[in-house]
Amino acid sequence: MTGQAFPSVDYGALAPVLIVLGGACVSVLLEALLPLRVRGRTQLGLTLTVVAAALVAVIVRATSGAAPVSTLAGALAVDGPALFLWGTLLALAVPSVLLLADRSVEPGGAFLADPVALGEAEAAEQRVAVGARAGGSSSARSSGGGGRTGRSARGQTPVESQSEIYALVLFALGGMLVFCASDDLLTMFVALEVLSLPLYLLCGLARRRRLMSQESAVKYFLLGAFSSAFFLYGLALLYGYADSVKLSDISLAAAGSLRPDSLLFAGLALLVVGLLFKASVGPFHTWTPDVYQGAPTSVTAFMAACTKVAAFGAILRVFTVAFGSTVWEWRGVLWVVAIASMVIGAVLGLTQTDVKRMIAYSSVAHAGFLLLGAMAITPQGLSATLFYLLAYGFTTVALFGLVSLVRGPDGEATHLSAWAGLGKRAPVVAAAVTFLMLALAGIPLTSGFTAKFAVFAAALADGMAPLVIVALVVSAVAAFFYLRLIVLMYFSEPAADGPTVSVPGPFTTVAITLGVVVTLLLGVVPTAVLGWADGLSFLG
Amino acid sequence: MSAVLLVLLLLPLVGAAVVGAMARREDLDRAAKILGLALSAVSLVLVIVLWAGFRTGPGTPRFQAELSVAWIPAFGTRFALGLDGIALTMIALLAVLVPIVLWFAWAEKLPAGRTGAGFTALMLSTQGVLVGVFAATDVFLFYVLFEAMLIPMYFLIGRFGGPRRQYAAVKFFLYSFLGGLIMLASVIGLFVASDTRLGEGTFDWAALQGMAAQLPLSTQIPLFLGFFAAFAIKAPLVPFHTWLPDAGAEAPIAGGVILLGLLDKVGTFGFLRYNLPLFPAASRELAPLLLTLAVIGVVYGSLLAAVQTDMKRFVAYTSIAHFGFIALGIFAFSSQSIAGSALYMVNHGISTAMLFLVVGLLIRRGGTASMTEYGGVGRVAPLLAGMFLIAGLSTIALPGTNSFISEFLVLLGAFPREPVFSVIATVGIVFAALYMLWVFQRVMTGPLRGSAVVGDGPGAASAAVMTSASDGDADDPSARNLTARFGDLTRGEVAVLTPLVALILVLGFFPGPVLEVLEPAVSATMAEVGVVDPVTPNGVAR
Repeated sequence: MTGQAFPSVDYGALAPVLIVLGGACVSVLLEALLPLRVRGRTQLGLTLTVVAAALVAVIVRATSGAAPVSTLAGALAVDGPALFLWGTLLALAVPSVLLLADRSVEPGGAFLADPVALGEAEAAEQRVAVGARAGGSSSARSSGGGGRTGRSARGQTPVESQSEIYALVLFALGGMLVFCASDDLLTMFVALEVLSLPLYLLCGLARRRRLMSQESAVKYFLLGAFSSAFFLYGLALLYGYADSVKLSDISLAAAGSLRPDSLLFAGLALLVVGLLFKASVGPFHTWTPDVYQGAPTSVTAFMAACTKVAAFGAILRVFTVAFGSTVWEWRGVLWVVAIASMVIGAVLGLTQTDVKRMIAYSSVAHAGFLLLGAMAITPQGLSATLFYLLAYGFTTVALFGLVSLVRGPDGEATHLSAWAGLGKRAPVVAAAVTFLMLALAGIPLTSGFTAKFAVFAAALADGMAPLVIVALVVSAVAAFFYLRLIVLMYFSEPAADGPTVSVPGPFTTVAITLGVVVTLLLGVVPTAVLGWADGLSFLG
Repeated sequence: MSAVLLVLLLLPLVGAAVVGAMARREDLDRAAKILGLALSAVSLVLVIVLWAGFRTGPGTPRFQAELSVAWIPAFGTRFALGLDGIALTMIALLAVLVPIVLWFAWAEKLPAGRTGAGFTALMLSTQGVLVGVFAATDVFLFYVLFEAMLIPMYFLIGRFGGPRRQYAAVKFFLYSFLGGLIMLASVIGLFVASDTRLGEGTFDWAALQGMAAQLPLSTQIPLFLGFFAAFAIKAPLVPFHTWLPDAGAEAPIAGGVILLGLLDKVGTFGFLRYNLPLFPAASRELAPLLLTLAVIGVVYGSLLAAVQTDMKRFVAYTSIAHFGFIALGIFAFSSQSIAGSALYMVNHGISTAMLFLVVGLLIRRGGTASMTEYGGVGRVAPLLAGMFLIAGLSTIALPGTNSFISEFLVLLGAFPREPVFSVIATVGIVFAALYMLWVFQRVMTGPLRGSAVVGDGPGAASAAVMTSASDGDADDPSARNLTARFGDLTRGEVAVLTPLVALILVLGFFPGPVLEVLEPAVSATMAEVGVVDPVTPNGVAR
């Protein structure tokens, strides 16, 4: 890193990242230049084009058989796992963006930010009262939140949704792509911030229940800032230990040196806390339920699926490349973390009465399962975890898409009791939710089972039999709360003043269908994806 | 033949999808029910074809009608089907029972808002998945279908069951799912072991059998216990049985027949197909423990059956006793006892189906499953009482009925090796006679009494009055005779039961054809466990 010359750049390998980040910049420009009328549609078109183009670039690269390269002076490693993760992230971005763009369920879209920018400040102030009434207890306060206002006044033409969400999503996505491909810790830190900051913002933009949404954004931001600090501190200690921030250098230093181990493991511990926080692994999960519940559901979908992929991608890379040689010394601690995560997720999930919070705790349990695969520093462990991420992502996106359809008088009806008798009222929605719940529970012929099987087999082969037993018991416990929703939907009579189920527009329909179909296909014929994930290895 | 087997697996599943789609239109309800019945009849024909083509002579392969297609190469799993004698008899039993229960359910009153088409669709999907469970020769495929079969049964109980159906359905699902997950640990363990021992991971049953039998005892025991946990919950052995009375009592009659008659047989089938051949050393080592559980099941199930007042729970407890017998035969390791158990699995399916259907007919008339609400039914419904008696005698294994042969074979085969357990189990036969005749006496004989038989209706406020009134008049039945609420079996109901009566009698006198089909699989299992029949004092191998 001492050379003065411009580092060599492999543009072919970096194309997906460049496309996404470039698209994000263009999106910002369009936001400034285009008239309001056409902005939303143009932005959506641009975003989808950018994601699709990047996806094509990934596929071209993956199928061309190009050798893995480390480029930008070793900052990014474009190797097999990176390409798989990029493919996963971009593929998940498609349904997520479609959910974000939906106007049919919530007229005008689910987002609202700064009315002043629209030049309607006065009109907005007048409607605050109406919005407060419509929003119920979680009413908007125009004085708080820096002039932001809720204007969910029903019966009036809804204000067009914010179109800058697309730029934010593209920046977050770009950060995620860099995050899971970065080959040195400093790049990883920058990517962490790039992916996090837009997400903090997106969480606070809900049109309904603004107080909850803003609370979730603040919570996510504060805790996220803490975890970033942990990450940075760990990075500093590791730099002190290895005299380099490159992952492979850390591995080299750890393998053959007489330097004191305390620096290495203290650094690792702090670094891992930062990463586990992003992946919502218990006991670093405390933000998850609040943020999942408070954020607009389409943002939750994007965050739940893609952040998990990026975070576990980075965890896999750090474990394998930098700490693979010392695995026996630190894995015991992670056993405890994995067990804690699984148990916390399953047990607290049992007590939830809100669908979104329930899915949040379920994601904590799933993070524990994923950690099992990530801890097995073996080729099977890697391919199993990669497959799990893809499978889980699609299931989650589709599930949140369905959650957004069940609506009461003041927005989404996420309380469990509102879902009673849904099987009668909306058989198709209920059937889809049931299928996805069974997938999360890990019933065969869904992707959830294939993924769990792969991860558990890898963990067992690597000598983690007790953890696998715990994981299986936890799966049985977690099945109870997945079943509870099915019981409510099918075996209970609908409440008289129950929620309505919106007829989804084309965007949401496509997103949900995509998720359900992928969940089914990966359960029945997973060969193609497993084959791709199989035999990948990190560079370095 | 393999094509026939594949069709037999897929036809009910495709049919279930079609019928399920028809369930959304009420005017298609009748057509959907007819289609379901027709499809189940086609399945029956296919099974007859399979049975006719099944070769049993010496030198024939154990698995016939084999079919194997690559499925997930990364896991080394194949979509592999094949039939041995035990699997074939179970599939045949399934194919016989499904049309009967669909026919029975035709006239059944469903809970509000539920359609007959939906019921038929769930029944057909249960049938398709069960065919796969019995026919799978790939352990992964077996596991997948083993779990998948929970889902239609869960909805059958939860949507069409009795008042406490939610509780029963969830309990059923969670028990089975937990057992399945423990088995999954063993399945993965087998896969990992095959990966290290054979060089590549596989789920092929034959390959695993060769490999796993060589594993050291310390590895076999945990793997054995994993499979055992799932199967002991499924074919409930006593400490794992509590879900069955609830599920049996809340399930709709037709669903309960399949649950008790076939779904639970997957457990005993699993002992025979997976526990014994895959882990012979562990099987021999743990046999005393399992025999103890089996015998406890026989005695405990019989005793609890005797004190039930709910007729559906009663049938469930008798089944627990019978599962004890089957397990006794399996873990006694002699060809007679294992053949007896395999035959018992068929016979118990027939007897229990018959008993459950008769109970269902009684409930259809009286509106309640509580025995105390009935009395003297034989006076107004002699045919019904007669059918009940036939079912009951078959259940307690009276000579001349089907169950006698199998129960006798189990005890005969088990005695030389396990005299103590056999003697205790024989006590179970006495209890069986006690509980069955007692129930018959209470419900069918004597003067007309009970609010379900005489009076306006069960459970209504007037019923209590009627009961007390009838108590007072019990000495004078002629005075109340005119108020009997229901009549005897209709011609259609007799027709539903006739095939079962025929099977009970035919298999009671001529079990030969079935035993012949079972024999090769039984002797193969004996060879895989590595036991020979005990030798009697005069030197004749039994």
